[in-house]
Amino acid sequence: MEKLRYERPIIKKLNVGFVNKFGTQAKNEVVTNLEGVGVKELIKEFGSPLFVISEKQIRRNYQHASRVFKTRYPKVQFAWSYKTNYLNAVCKVFHQEGSWAEVVSGFEYEKALANGVPGSKIIFNGPDKTDDQLVTAARNNSLIHIDHFDELYSLIKLSEEFQLKPKVAIRVNMDTGIYPRWDRFGFNYENGQAWTAISRIMSCEHLNLVGLHCHIGTFMMESSAYAIAATKLCQLSWDISEKFGRHIQYLDLGGGFPSTNTLKGSYLPGTDTVPGIDQFADAITDVILGFGFRQEELPLLILETGRALIDDAGYLLGTVLANKRLSDGRSSTVMDFGVNSLFTSFWYDHKVTPAQEGGQYTEETVLYGPLCMNIDVIRENVVLPLLKKGDHLVVHKVGAYNMTQWMQFITLRPNIVLLDQSSHPHLIRKAETLEYLESVEIVPHHLSKNS
Amino acid sequence: MRFKKNIATSDTGFIFNPGSGDSFSSNSIGSEILAFFKEDKSRNEIIELICAKYDVEKNQLEKDLDDFFSQLRDHNLLDE
Ligand SMILES: Cc1ncc(COP(=O)(O)O)c(C=O)c1O
Repeated sequence: MEKLRYERPIIKKLNVGFVNKFGTQAKNEVVTNLEGVGVKELIKEFGSPLFVISEKQIRRNYQHASRVFKTRYPKVQFAWSYKTNYLNAVCKVFHQEGSWAEVVSGFEYEKALANGVPGSKIIFNGPDKTDDQLVTAARNNSLIHIDHFDELYSLIKLSEEFQLKPKVAIRVNMDTGIYPRWDRFGFNYENGQAWTAISRIMSCEHLNLVGLHCHIGTFMMESSAYAIAATKLCQLSWDISEKFGRHIQYLDLGGGFPSTNTLKGSYLPGTDTVPGIDQFADAITDVILGFGFRQEELPLLILETGRALIDDAGYLLGTVLANKRLSDGRSSTVMDFGVNSLFTSFWYDHKVTPAQEGGQYTEETVLYGPLCMNIDVIRENVVLPLLKKGDHLVVHKVGAYNMTQWMQFITLRPNIVLLDQSSHPHLIRKAETLEYLESVEIVPHHLSKNS
Repeated sequence: MRFKKNIATSDTGFIFNPGSGDSFSSNSIGSEILAFFKEDKSRNEIIELICAKYDVEKNQLEKDLDDFFSQLRDHNLLDE
């Protein structure tokens, strides 16, 4: 006789009169495959844990965002924010779709060049650009977004010294009604600092002011903040035209649109609360179109959207190491990946689904990683079917910031696979090995002998 | 260590403790095990019965049974 499917015995208390804070019976969604490829098979071939990225979903996201903006405004350009996910395979998908590159460090700049982005289509942001990098970027005709006065004066000096005429913009910070205010980057609008920087640039024959930039925050829930930001950039552009007769070619509104993840502490899932990209597009384009520019003088609108274009294209697959009961009776599950790989579990209550059919019975459990640290919590509380050692879970919407902010701590970073448009898996970053790790270590001679 | 005598169980997994007024639900394997308790089956007998019926390794079941006992204890359903 065939034996029945086993599930470990559990009992849970019924709280009569209390509404379960997770709503009624949690939906028992099971995700056994990603775009037709079995989770089990992927893990078998590429190991666990495993990051999986969907090329199809990236392209879908990009094309959607692009359509939303281009149906509202005639001149739109996206620039892929490298820090969000700078795996070359990922960047190349964005570049194929037409994205420029937005970088914030020397190595990101070099990566963009190596990925075939022409210098003139690289936006160089951030407070940290060395003199050498500034000169290189100027020679490559890149768009240098100046962050502070020290950088402005360095660039003036270098441009005179090397007879360069770099294309520049300034990053502007401002009050958009959103807190915290990101006023540590760029020049402030309200106190006149931005205008001082603009005047200084206009008085320097070596610098070519072509744009204005802002990035007002990340995971912004208010589209109205973008309307305020757009208004202030339009005003600066207008004033530059009035005062100096200079036409500003582009306004760069930065990134910051939210993905559909659920921020920690929110009561409702992100899918229910997050404004769609069309609302942000409406807010921004209504302002620019209504500001009074002549049709032929409308600035190019640049967007450096990061997480909203990639988060839901990334998955993390993992395996249950153990089930444990905590001292207070709660159930907990230890996974083979922790906050070292899934950095964004500090921000989000990630959606987690089992990768195999389980029983109808569910329990609340704490999801831990394998690190020997108390902070290694993937989910403080999640309702899952009864898992057993060796079962697989899928963590959803992990495409942004994990594969760049992950830490090589206690465990080595795992393989990353890209599912192409016909769902073929391609290894795009190999799991780290001890050898890889130690290839950059040097043991001084006097310590080299093993005792 | 025994299951409290006065506790009512049903086949559907509903459990009621008249002493405290608390009610509980268990999955079907849990209620099967509770029924065995009530019949005063020993731990070894229970393990044998469950292993014969379900697709589970003995050592896995032993571990899960220990955990089940600790849940019952936490919920005050055992006479120590
Ligand atoms: C200057 C700049 N542009 C774009 C981005 C991308 O932001 P997001 O992922 O919120 O769209 C960032 C992220 O911090 C940034 O600092």
